Amino acid sequence: MKKTYKIEVDCANCAAKMEEAAKQTQGVKEAVVNFMTLKMTVEFEEGADREAVMDNVLKACRKIEPDCEIYYKK
Amino acid sequence: MTKKQRKNLIRIVVSGVLMIALLWVPVDGWLRFGLFLVPYLIIGYDILLKAGKGIMNRQPFDECFLMAVATIGAMTVALTDSGDYTEAIAVMLFYQIGEWFQSYAIGKSRRNISELMDIRPDYANVEDENGELEQVDPDDVEIGTVIIVQPGEKIPIDGIVEEGASTLNTTALTGESVPKSVQVGDEVLSGCINNNGLLKIRTVKEFGESTASKILELVENASSRKSRSEHFITKFARIYTPVVVYSALALAVLPPLIQMIFSGGADWGTWIYRALTFLVISCPCALVVSVPLSFFAGIGGAGREGVLVKGSNYLERLASTDTVVFDKTGTLTKGVFEVTAVHPDIIDQTELLHLAAHVERYSIHPIAHSLRAAYPDELDDCSVECVEEVAGHGVKATVNGSVICVGNEKMMRSVGAAIRECRHEHTGTVIHVARNGEYMGHIVISDVEKPTSRQAVKALARVGVRKTVMLTGDSEKTAAKVAADLALDEHYSELLPSDKVNKVEELMENHSQNKQLVFVGDGINDAPVLARADIGVAMGAMGSDAAIEAADIVLMDDDPLKIAKAIRISRKCMRIVKENIWFAIGVKVVCLLLGAVGLANMWIAIFADVGVMVLAVLNAIRAMFVKRL
Repeated sequence: MKKTYKIEVDCANCAAKMEEAAKQTQGVKEAVVNFMTLKMTVEFEEGADREAVMDNVLKACRKIEPDCEIYYKK
Repeated sequence: MTKKQRKNLIRIVVSGVLMIALLWVPVDGWLRFGLFLVPYLIIGYDILLKAGKGIMNRQPFDECFLMAVATIGAMTVALTDSGDYTEAIAVMLFYQIGEWFQSYAIGKSRRNISELMDIRPDYANVEDENGELEQVDPDDVEIGTVIIVQPGEKIPIDGIVEEGASTLNTTALTGESVPKSVQVGDEVLSGCINNNGLLKIRTVKEFGESTASKILELVENASSRKSRSEHFITKFARIYTPVVVYSALALAVLPPLIQMIFSGGADWGTWIYRALTFLVISCPCALVVSVPLSFFAGIGGAGREGVLVKGSNYLERLASTDTVVFDKTGTLTKGVFEVTAVHPDIIDQTELLHLAAHVERYSIHPIAHSLRAAYPDELDDCSVECVEEVAGHGVKATVNGSVICVGNEKMMRSVGAAIRECRHEHTGTVIHVARNGEYMGHIVISDVEKPTSRQAVKALARVGVRKTVMLTGDSEKTAAKVAADLALDEHYSELLPSDKVNKVEELMENHSQNKQLVFVGDGINDAPVLARADIGVAMGAMGSDAAIEAADIVLMDDDPLKIAKAIRISRKCMRIVKENIWFAIGVKVVCLLLGAVGLANMWIAIFADVGVMVLAVLNAIRAMFVKRL
């Protein structure tokens, strides 16, 4: 299951770090952050609760870049 | 400018002015420190804050942390030693200017590129019961609804013209600047702009499945496939920063310790200052931002020329193309059959075409279509009756009282007409015509080459493509003629779709490792080959979903010339990427060395960081300008 989310982040290096953080979050199979289009594409693992996983992804990203944002809530 | 950008610009200006003004204030010691602290905090408070958060989250190599350490260090050096606080403030100031510029430039190119792909229709006009126009969300329009497109509006959904005639501006879709004229019965694609007439269009697709939506989706998802250069640079950044930070630490501690051991006195101030210079240079931002920005700009520029690239990895690979393999039908040729020769026996040419066109009046076979197209006055008052399609033979009909047979040799034999073999050199399909059992002559129908095909092959040779190959399911005779006409290096004929895959694999084995093989097809039955080749390019893909799915690059118009253009765009983009990588790394390394031996002060360090970033960003944006390539 692949989903693309809009994100907000200021610098390219931070975007790369967010990608790394997202990849290492449990329930995420693969993550790609595109700084140019400000999008994060996340491939979830089978049966993962997307909303919960994204909560963790955001938490992990906030750790490395305090003022980043991921728009995943409906 | 966003709100944040405006706010930061004000901060930059205020703190800069304040800093310069304070230079004339004649105070010393702590008071001076206190005064200079004001512009420093104005410009740097958010960085200090972020640095603090970084430490709490155990992210020591955060660039804010580095900036904070470097400037706090410089402030301390100034307080205890020189009294020159401008350095610390300037570093913060320039850092912020760099950040501001980066965010502005990227925001701008983001907007530029989305503007040039501005084909998203916002609404559709539907007539309500009272005959009045109502604007509705295109998502809510069902298939088969009649929508109305006024002059100047975008066509929101693919459909067929029911009423009206107009010219369409297809620039956003195809990069083609000549308007396309449409009339009743023509298919129109969403994303085109209606130039003059009012059009009533019956939709044939849902909004989400329409061309405009498909293309937008593709563009928006492009560049999530990252290139090798991008991976290289993120990896490099991950190693670069820690290495520089540890070197800085070593630079601050080791030389003074050695001095202490050998001469007793240590020059801590100098070495700490040099170490701080190191920290300023250690931010990898210039590198990290410039590479994806170059690809983004390159993909955007290509899009404007009607070349959709699905990811930066494909753009990167395209630059090292050395073999281009073409499918024939629909790629090098129009894929539409046209009458190319008329050889009558008794009657004249027009009469022969006239008869053939009449017989084919009601047939939907592609050959019938081309025969009718060759005789435009087909709908005259001649009577056409008793039309009968004879499977595997042709069509029979009574035209003005005589029985006319149009078909192949078998059909001629069955009605007893004596065929005259065609004496001319041709490569198409021969259609024979007989009247009341008497042979009237034949018409040759063949697929014609696209007008730009020959030029396209030449252009490929000019951009350094070593080999051009054509694959086709067609007969050897036809293939050889086309290959010779277009001056292709090799051709393989009579191939089934699976043979094409094998052939491409064979060709890929034979060429060198780091060179790429491009396959160009029309995307309708070439999907496996498109997927198998290093880079699959689909042509004339407008409306063909299969092609958009399978291909890596989509040429929105049918023009094979665009292949060479796409290669040139990719080369330019790669050149810029390489320039940026070498320039940024080069300047940083030089500044690090100069800093280590004490030749570079913090001013040079901040240039190495911000200056390089600004130049790299400006250079990256150049990749967008591809019009005259």
